[in-house]
Amino acid sequence: MGGAYFPPTSASSGGVRAYNLIKHYGTQKQLVQALRGVSFEVQQGELFGIIGPDGAGKTSLFRILTTLLLPDGGEATVDGYDVVKQYSEIRKRVGYMPGRFSLYQDLTVAENLEFFATIFNTSIEENYDLVKDIYAQIEPFKDRRAGKLSGGMKQKLALSCALIHRPSVLFLDEPTTGVDAVSRKEFWEMLNRLKQQGITILVSTPYMDEASLCDRVALMQNGEVLTVDSPEGVINSFQQPLLAVKANRMLPLLNDLKAFEGSDNAYPFGEYHHVVLKEGTEPAVLENYLRQRGHGPVTITTIRPDIEDCFMALMRN
Amino acid sequence: MRTLKFLLQKEFRQIFRDPAIIRIIFIMPMVQLIVLPWAADYEVKNIHLSVVDHDHSAYSRQLVSKITASGYFRLESYTSSFAEAMEAVEQDAADLVLEIPGGFERNLVKEDEAGLFIAVNAINGVKANLGAGYLRSIIQDYNREVRTEWVQFPRFSPELQIEVTASNWFNPLLNYKYFMVPGILVILVTMVGAFLASLNIVREKEIGTIEQINVTPVKKHHFILGKLIPFWILGLVVLLLGLLLARCFYGIIPAGSLLVIFGFAAMYLLAVLGLGLLISTYTVNQQQAMLLSFFLMMVFILLSGLYTSIESMPGWAQAITKINPVSYFIDVMRMVVLKGSGFRDIVPHMLTMLGFAVVLNTWAVVHYKKRS
Repeated sequence: MGGAYFPPTSASSGGVRAYNLIKHYGTQKQLVQALRGVSFEVQQGELFGIIGPDGAGKTSLFRILTTLLLPDGGEATVDGYDVVKQYSEIRKRVGYMPGRFSLYQDLTVAENLEFFATIFNTSIEENYDLVKDIYAQIEPFKDRRAGKLSGGMKQKLALSCALIHRPSVLFLDEPTTGVDAVSRKEFWEMLNRLKQQGITILVSTPYMDEASLCDRVALMQNGEVLTVDSPEGVINSFQQPLLAVKANRMLPLLNDLKAFEGSDNAYPFGEYHHVVLKEGTEPAVLENYLRQRGHGPVTITTIRPDIEDCFMALMRN
Repeated sequence: MRTLKFLLQKEFRQIFRDPAIIRIIFIMPMVQLIVLPWAADYEVKNIHLSVVDHDHSAYSRQLVSKITASGYFRLESYTSSFAEAMEAVEQDAADLVLEIPGGFERNLVKEDEAGLFIAVNAINGVKANLGAGYLRSIIQDYNREVRTEWVQFPRFSPELQIEVTASNWFNPLLNYKYFMVPGILVILVTMVGAFLASLNIVREKEIGTIEQINVTPVKKHHFILGKLIPFWILGLVVLLLGLLLARCFYGIIPAGSLLVIFGFAAMYLLAVLGLGLLISTYTVNQQQAMLLSFFLMMVFILLSGLYTSIESMPGWAQAITKINPVSYFIDVMRMVVLKGSGFRDIVPHMLTMLGFAVVLNTWAVVHYKKRS
C-alpha cells in the first residue's frame, strides 16, 4: 500500500482522509473482509476516482465515509470531521449519490428536489446556480414522477438532489454504471464543472477508462488499495515493455504467449492480446518464438500501457 | 418543526398517490364490515341430519317433523339402516344421526319411557356441539308435549319444576352483529395502524430511499414522527368510516360517547404504531414485514376474544391475551358501544394501552438505527 501514511489528526483540514479502514461482514465462520486496511487522502477540491472491479469494497468504503456504516477498525475524516464521532456534522455537508437510484419514485422531479432541499434547511432558489447546469436538462419534465424518467434523467435528478444543499464533499457511487457512452461523457463534464466550484468529489467506478478523467485515482482490489496516484503517475510506474499481439488463431496464441518464458503476463485486450515482457526481453525474441510455434502472420506492436494494463500488473503483485 | 412539516407533506403526497393504499384504507374496511359480520355468525343453521327410523310410527314421524320444522336442521336422509346413515356421515353429507329404535312408540305408550340415540360428526366441533344441543332441547320439548297430551289431570304438574327465564342485558335480542361489528372494526384499525405503517417504512428500506434520508441531517425522531402521524390519522379516519358503516348497515349506534371511543383509539393507535415501527426495524423487505404481520395478526385475532370468549381459554392463553393490545380495544369497544361505558370505566384499559405505547415505541426507537 502506498507507503507511510499520516496518523489521523484532529486538524480540521478539508478533503477526505482514510486511515487503515477495516470492515468485515458476517460471522466468524463466514467472514467477508470488505475492507482490509484502506488508507488514502483526498485534497480539498480534488476529483478523486476509486477504481476497482465489483466486490473491491468501493461501496463499503463510501458507506463508511458517508456515515451509513460503522468501520470495524481504522479512522477517517470527511471535511475535517471524524466519521464516527462527528457524524452529524458530516451529514450536513456531504452529498451522496448511491449506486442504485434511490429517490422517491412516486414524487415528481420537482418534488424530489424540493424535498431534499428542505430537509437540508435550504431551498432550490438558494443553490440554483450550483445545480442549474444539470437540473436545466430535466426541468422540462419537472412534473413527471421520478419513477417514469429514463435512466440518464434519473441520474441527473439524483445528482441534483445530492447537490442541492451545496455539499463540500460529494460521494458518487458508480454513477456511470449502466449509462450509455454519451451520457457518461456528459456526466464527467458535469463533474469537472462542479470541481471548479471547489467541491471535493469522490467517485467510484468499475470502468478503467474513466480513471484518466480524475485528478488522482486509487486502484482497489479485494478490499485493499493497490496504489494511489495521478493517472499519469500510475501509467509511468509501469516500467516493463508492453506489446499488443494479434494473429489468426487467437486462443492458441494466448496459450503460447502465456507459456513463453520471456513473458511476465499475457491477457486478452479487445482485439489484441497484451503481453508484458520480462525486463530485458526483446520483442524480436517473441516474434521468433511465435513463428516456431506455427503461428502464421503475427502483428506485434510495442504500445504505451493504459490504466487497465497497470491494474493487471498491480493485481498480480 | 419545519423539517417535520415537509416530511409529513411528502408522506401524505405518497399515500394519496398510491392507489393501492387508498384501496386498502377505504375499500377494504367497507367490504370487510359489510360482508364479514354476516359470515361470522355464531348461530348454527343448516345442520344436516340423517334420521334412522326403525319404528315408522306416528310418534316417530311427529318427532322428525318437529325437528325439521325448527329451521335449524335439514333432513338429509330418512332411512331405516344405521349403516347407511353412518355412510352419509363419513361422506360428510350428514352432521348428526338420530336413531329412533324399533318399538319407540310402543315403549312410550306402554312403559312411559323410550330411548333415542344421537351420533354426532365431531369434525366441525362447533357445529356438532351446538347441533346436538339444539336436537336435545327439541326432543325435550317434544317430551313435554307428549306428556301434556296424555296427562289431562291434574292441571298442574305434580312434579316440581324450575323454569328459567333469561333476559339479555345490553343486547336484548342477542344480536351477534352488535358485538361482532365493533370487534371487526378493531381489527381493521389495527391493520391500518400497525401493518400499513410497518410496510411503509420497510418499503423505504427496500427501495433504498432510507439511505438517502439517513445521510441527511434529518433527526431520527422527526423521521419516525413523519411516518407515524399520517397512519395515526388514517387509523382514526378508518374508525370513523367504520362507525358510520356500522350505523348505516346494522343500525349500531354506540350507547356510549363517541369521544370515549376516539379517545381510546387515539391511545391505542399509538401502541400499535409502535408495534408497526418495531416490525419495520426487524425486517428488511416488505415480504418479511408482511409475513411477520400476518403471523402476529393471526395470534392477535384468535387470542383477542373476538370469536371466542377469553374467560373460557386455558390459563396460559388468557395470559397471552393480557399482552395483546387488540383484546383491550375489543373489550373497550364492546363496553362503550353496547353498555355505554364512560371514560371512568375504561381507565384501566387506557393505562394499560399507555404502557404498551411507551414500551413498544421506546423499543422501536432504540432499535432503529440510522447507521449499521
